[in-house]
Amino acid sequence: MSAATHVRCEILRTVRNPRTLGITLGLPLVLFFAVAGANRHAHVDGISFPLYFMGAMAAYGAMFAAVQPGARIALDRSTGWTRQLRITPLRARTYFASKVLTAYLVALTSLVALFLAGTTFGVHMAAARWLEIGGLLLIGLAPLVVIGVALGHLLAPDSLTPAVAGVVVLFALFGGAFGPLFKTGAMLSVVKLLPSYWLVQASRVADGGGGWPAEAWVVIAVWTAATVGLASVAYRRDTGRV
Amino acid sequence: MADLTKTFGSVRAVRGIDLVIAPGETVALVGPNGAGKTTTIDMILGLTPPDHGSVLVFGLPPAAAVRAGRVGGMLQSGAPLDHLRVRELVALMSSYYPHPLDVDEVLRRTGTEGLAPRWTTKLSGGEAQRVRFAAGIVGDPDLLVLDEPTAAIDVEGRREFWQAMRAIAERGTTILFATHYLEEADAFADRIVIMARGRIVADGPATEIKALAGLRTIRATLPDADLSRLGRLPGVASVDRHGDTVILSCSDADAALESLYRDVGGLRDVEVRGGSLEEVFMELTADELTADGLTADGLTADDTAPRATSTLEAAR
Repeated sequence: MSAATHVRCEILRTVRNPRTLGITLGLPLVLFFAVAGANRHAHVDGISFPLYFMGAMAAYGAMFAAVQPGARIALDRSTGWTRQLRITPLRARTYFASKVLTAYLVALTSLVALFLAGTTFGVHMAAARWLEIGGLLLIGLAPLVVIGVALGHLLAPDSLTPAVAGVVVLFALFGGAFGPLFKTGAMLSVVKLLPSYWLVQASRVADGGGGWPAEAWVVIAVWTAATVGLASVAYRRDTGRV
Repeated sequence: MADLTKTFGSVRAVRGIDLVIAPGETVALVGPNGAGKTTTIDMILGLTPPDHGSVLVFGLPPAAAVRAGRVGGMLQSGAPLDHLRVRELVALMSSYYPHPLDVDEVLRRTGTEGLAPRWTTKLSGGEAQRVRFAAGIVGDPDLLVLDEPTAAIDVEGRREFWQAMRAIAERGTTILFATHYLEEADAFADRIVIMARGRIVADGPATEIKALAGLRTIRATLPDADLSRLGRLPGVASVDRHGDTVILSCSDADAALESLYRDVGGLRDVEVRGGSLEEVFMELTADELTADGLTADGLTADDTAPRATSTLEAAR
C-alpha cells in the first residue's frame, strides 16, 4: 500500500487534460510573447517591462495551476469517484496531498516556461535570484490552492470552472498582473492586502534582493489561515464528516 | 446491524433493521425503489452515519474496517475516471489495499482484459460495469458490497458478470448485493433479504421465502365477476382481472377453491399454481404499502414492526 501510484495517476490525469496545457501553460506564455514583445524596451513601475510582465504572467499562470485541484475535486465528487475512494483504505490527507502536489508541479512548469521566455527578451539575473523569485511565487500560491479546494467542495463542476477562472482573473487584475492599477493612495493599500499583489511583486523585490517585506508574509499567512478555515468547513459540510 | 435507522428530512429511509451476516455468506438485498437498500448499504460502508443503532463490520466500526482494507464496494454511481486507462484504474485501486490480487489476473477473471488500454470514460454501460467490478474486487476484500451491479448490463453481460462473481464467492468472500432482479437473487444468493419501506419484510433462503407466504394462484374464466366479493372469500389475499379471467392470490387455495365452487359457481378453465418468488415479493412489499396507507403514520410503526420481526424469525 503506497501513495506513489495514487500520486502518479493524479499527475497523469492532469497532464493528459488538454485544459492544463492550454490555459495553465499556454495562455500566460502567449500573452507574455504578445505583450512583452511589443514593449520590450519600455519600463513600467520603475523596472523593465519584460521583467515586470514576466513576473506578472508567471504569477497568473501559477494561480491558474493552483486552483486546478478545486476543479479536479468537484469533478471527482460529481462522478462518484470521491465516494468510491471513501470505501477504500486511502486516507483523505493522501488524496488532498496528491492534488496539491500536482498543482505545484504544474505551477512550477509554468514558472520555468515563463522564466525561459523572459530570458529571450533580455531578462537576466543571477541563479540565486531566479530561485528566490520561484520560491516566493510558490509560497504565495498557498491561499489560491486552498481557495480552489474549498470551491471544489462547495460547487458543481459546471459552476466551478467559471468561478475559479473569475477568482484568478480578479486576483490577477487587482494584483497588477496586467499592469499596476494603483501607484499611490488608499487603493494601493487595499490591493496590498491581496496575495496576488505580492505574487506579481515577487520578481521585482527578488531581483533587487532581499525578498518580500514583512507585510507580504503577514498577508500570505493570514490569507492561508483564513482559507484553510473555509475549506475545512466546506469539506465537513460536503462529506458529512466531523 | 442493530436497530439501524436513518431519516432524511421527513423521509424515514431505514426504520430499524436488525441483520447478522455470517462470513462467507452471499446475501441479496431485494426491494422496490425507495425501500432503503442504498441507504442501508451506505451505512454498512460508513458513507452515511446512522441516526440510531449501530453497524459492525468484522467487529469493527465501518470506517475502521474500510481503512483496514477489508471492504470492497461497487457503488451505483462512480468509478470511470477521466484521462485514465482501464488497466491504470484497476492498478490504482489495487494500490490502496494491503494485500491486493494480481491486476492482470483480475482483468482476466472479470473479462476486462481486452478493455485494458481503453479510456475508462469511453466504455459502454456493460463494459464500465465490469471494469467497476474489477476495481471493486482487486483489493481482495473480505466483504464485497455491490449496489445494483447488473443494472446497466445486457443479458449476456449479466451472465458473464455472475460467473465472475461466483469465482469470487468461492474464495470465501462475504458478498452483499442489492438488486431489482429476483431471478438473480434466487440464482446467486444463499440468502435473500427483502426490504420494503425501510424495513426487512422477509429473510431466508429463496426456497424458504417462497414457502413463507405459502401463496398459490388460482386462475379461472369467470365473466362478470364481482371482484370485491371474490376478495372477501376465505383464503383469498388479493384479486385481479384480465378480461374474463380472474386471478386470485391465495394464502389458502383449498379453502378459496371450495368456496368459489360452493358460493360463487360458474367458473371454467380453473388452474392452480404455486407462487413464484416474484409473487411472494409483490405480496410482501405491497402489504407494507397498504398497511402504511391505511393506518395513521404514528400507528404504523407499532402495527407493522412486530409482524416484520415475526416474519424474520419465521424465515430463520
